[in-house]
Amino acid sequence: MNTPVLKLTDVQKSFGPAKIIQGVDLEIAKGERHAIIGPNGAGKSTLFNLVSGLYSLSSGSVELNGQVISGKKPFEINRMGLSRSFQVSNIFSNMSVRENVRCGVLWSLGYGYSFWRNVGNLKEVQEKTAHILNEVGLLDKANLPASLLPYADQRTLEIAITIAGGAEVIMLDEPTAGMSHSETDRAVALIEKAAKGKTLLIVEHDMGVVFGLADRISVLVYGEIIATGKPSEIRGDPRVREAYLGEEADHFEGATA
Amino acid sequence: METIVFSLLNGIIYGLLLFMLSSGLTLIFSMMGVLNFAHASFYMLGAYFAYTVMGATNYWVALILAPIIVGVVGMGVERWGLRRVHANGHVAELLFTFGLAYLIDEIVKIVWGRTSVNYQVPDALNFPLFTIYNAQYSAYRIFILFVAIFMLCALWYLLKKTRAGLIIQAALTHPHMVGHLGHNVPAIFMGVFGAGCALAGLAGVIGGNYFITDPAMAVQMGPIVFVVVVVGGLGSLEGAFVAAMLIGLLQTFAISINASFADIFGFLGLSPTSEFGSITIASMAPMLPFLLLVLILIVRPTGLMGDREV
Amino acid sequence: MTTDYAALEPSRSEKFRQRILPLILFALLLVVIPFFGPSRTTLTLLNHMGINIVFALAFNMLLGRAGLLTFGHAVYVGLGGYFCVHILNWIDASDGGFWSSVPVFSMPIWGFAMGALAGAVIGWPSCKRSGTPFAMISLGVAELMAAFAYMFDSFFGGEMGISGDRMSGPEFLGLSLGPLDEVYWFIAFWTFVGVALMFAFTRTPLGKLSEATRDNPERVQFIGFNPTRVRYLVFIFSGAFAGMSGGMAAVQDEIFTPESLSLIPSGAVLIAAYIGGIRYFTGPIMGAIVLTYMQSNLSDYSAGWLLYLGLLFICVVMFVPNGIAGMVYGGYDAVRKGKTAEVLGQFALRALGVALMAVSVIVIVEVAFRYSEGYGEVFEPFGLSLPPESVLTWILAVVPLAAGIWLTRHVTRKAEEV
Repeated sequence: MNTPVLKLTDVQKSFGPAKIIQGVDLEIAKGERHAIIGPNGAGKSTLFNLVSGLYSLSSGSVELNGQVISGKKPFEINRMGLSRSFQVSNIFSNMSVRENVRCGVLWSLGYGYSFWRNVGNLKEVQEKTAHILNEVGLLDKANLPASLLPYADQRTLEIAITIAGGAEVIMLDEPTAGMSHSETDRAVALIEKAAKGKTLLIVEHDMGVVFGLADRISVLVYGEIIATGKPSEIRGDPRVREAYLGEEADHFEGATA
Repeated sequence: METIVFSLLNGIIYGLLLFMLSSGLTLIFSMMGVLNFAHASFYMLGAYFAYTVMGATNYWVALILAPIIVGVVGMGVERWGLRRVHANGHVAELLFTFGLAYLIDEIVKIVWGRTSVNYQVPDALNFPLFTIYNAQYSAYRIFILFVAIFMLCALWYLLKKTRAGLIIQAALTHPHMVGHLGHNVPAIFMGVFGAGCALAGLAGVIGGNYFITDPAMAVQMGPIVFVVVVVGGLGSLEGAFVAAMLIGLLQTFAISINASFADIFGFLGLSPTSEFGSITIASMAPMLPFLLLVLILIVRPTGLMGDREV
Repeated sequence: MTTDYAALEPSRSEKFRQRILPLILFALLLVVIPFFGPSRTTLTLLNHMGINIVFALAFNMLLGRAGLLTFGHAVYVGLGGYFCVHILNWIDASDGGFWSSVPVFSMPIWGFAMGALAGAVIGWPSCKRSGTPFAMISLGVAELMAAFAYMFDSFFGGEMGISGDRMSGPEFLGLSLGPLDEVYWFIAFWTFVGVALMFAFTRTPLGKLSEATRDNPERVQFIGFNPTRVRYLVFIFSGAFAGMSGGMAAVQDEIFTPESLSLIPSGAVLIAAYIGGIRYFTGPIMGAIVLTYMQSNLSDYSAGWLLYLGLLFICVVMFVPNGIAGMVYGGYDAVRKGKTAEVLGQFALRALGVALMAVSVIVIVEVAFRYSEGYGEVFEPFGLSLPPESVLTWILAVVPLAAGIWLTRHVTRKAEEV
């Protein structure tokens, strides 16, 4: 088997005495679309924050393409090709939509911290920005201030910024949270398009989205992965059903991929 | 030995005064996120109010009344000023208090004049209490010591033993939680702001006649109080106390050391007539707190005892 | 597909109208002013406006564009300025060496370099933090520098400061820099250069990233940038442009004192930028013009001008957070949308309300000032006599204030209903 793109080895995280993540092992292959599900408070977002470098690990390691990335700063990890979105819209609210995406494009095109160039004259940057805006369908709103966008569009912009840098591993944290049905459908279509040829790691509550999108699913309960496998395996796994007692278990019945 | 004892006593008094000022600032800063730039202006107001009240009645009335008036003024500022600005974020709040400091300075100049006022130690306390090393030690200084320690105990009791204190303590460490507790947050904010200002006012009442009461006293004291709060660590009254004592002693001791750099580093060949060599430790005293601030923020961003990143 | 993309960017004519045209108009204005034959006082005022415009814009690179509040930005003006006064003296004393070939005209460049150096040194520790701690460090550094300035006489010249002579050294562009009108050309040139460069900076990748870091430092990390690095680089530039204004001031005033590094000018630039409007590039320019004017003129009329300034500042913070520029652009927008009458009407009512309140405030302040000074002087505006015991004084102090407050509240409430 090839080297996994992303490899988590015994990742642990404690906040004081509380062990939030207790030993997660996970391997994600190139091109895989992997979803992480689990009840509220299972530590899904914490896991994202650990992988992307926002939090430091208590122990264990994270590797990206065979290189250890745990302990590196978020911007270093991002430059190595891992990009993430946030559960709460985390955009540059006083700038226009176009400027938001443009900021996301800059590093990947090698315009680092330069102060001797006019952004408006950087053809490459403008084109890539426009290309991404077109892909996510925000072209007609490009010159609006980001803070004036409707909620669903802000979520879309969140994804646009995440993919703007062209990272090969994309991590999306509940991209459809709070969206209506039609908005969710559009978001899923967008994610499928954006993740083409890339590796996708996604945290999601909407089981319809998860079973429709993912190649493999991991179930995180109380900071431990209790099962990993294809959607069909997960659906039949009794431990998973146990973790999702009651109402939520019905999701599995309803979600027929 | 003589210098050491005197510096120690004076340093402790100065430190306690600093703590009285910075405890209010810490409460306000930690709970509301507002760095009250005008805090030292309330200290100045305390001194001036005391001077005026003392002129009409006597010192003891002033000691009680002046901090209360300052506290009421503070509550007014919170109610009709700060609360409005709150929605625009912390920078706007900081700027508001910055402008307020300007304003109070100018108003003080209008009301009480541009030169210092003759705010004196009351006769009842204006005698040498004891004599050590053939030098007399004023009773008023010891009085300051007692007032400060009394305030310290009262504050401790309030915070540790009363319900209001528990809420405030919770808010100090988890500022976002106050709202969820179901308490009337605006009223708590107003109260805390008023109480913080009243503490500053009290420091003014007992410090104004110990030092000097003039329109520049706020500008001189203000930055040092900030230093205490940040060096001590946000949300930590204990830290503020340690930092206040540290800075109080540091400055008082530095003033009493007349040695120059050349005296200390002479073995390195530093000439006493050179510009650097002729600088004395005493002349460095005013800048020591700021040196400490910059060093602390670089080395230990949480401050001495704070657990929150500033 | 590519056809869509072109519509994204502002068109060529739009770019010209929004970016180049204002600069051309600004340059024209600078060129035209001397033809009105300004007096010596006016020229001095204009020169100081130019210096303060550059300083305020440099300051706003931090506060407005990067979200970094500093209480000690005059440090960089002071260091740049002091360095330039020293250079003036070296030029004066040089006899064929390197300095004898340096024209005084180039001072702002030296100030720029010194400001950048100071920014690079001081910014290194300060920029590790942001928000309130950053503001605190800037305050600490400013106090430290002010203390240093009084300690090292050989560089700072003690309380008296150091002075130089701008007329030495080789001439540049035929300017001897002796008479004030020649100094005007010098200031005008560098003001334009400063404004143009700082505007250009907002258009660079770093300039955009600085705004992104202001809005959301966390997210900046996840698009591959180190927010600390962004802040640090912006800080160096801001220090450099502040130093440049110091170089301009060195030539205009020919003297620098330790006061120039103190908290007073640092506070003044903060007030200027904020009153002008920190969200807009042109805001600090407007603020610098207004404040310089107030500083030089109002201080002659009233001993209480600092009080008025403080009041004005607090009112701006509380009621018009976008400053003068915000009002100007807001009005312009409304006019373009064809709501001229409505906006003008509201504006007039508000202005009337503010004016009424101002009348009372001025009466109170002026009467109080004269009363507290105790010389028995009476405030006599427009032939009125307003001693503190007169009934008219009290009426003027209360009635317009109440009327003004009622009027502005009324207008605000109506505006909210719509």
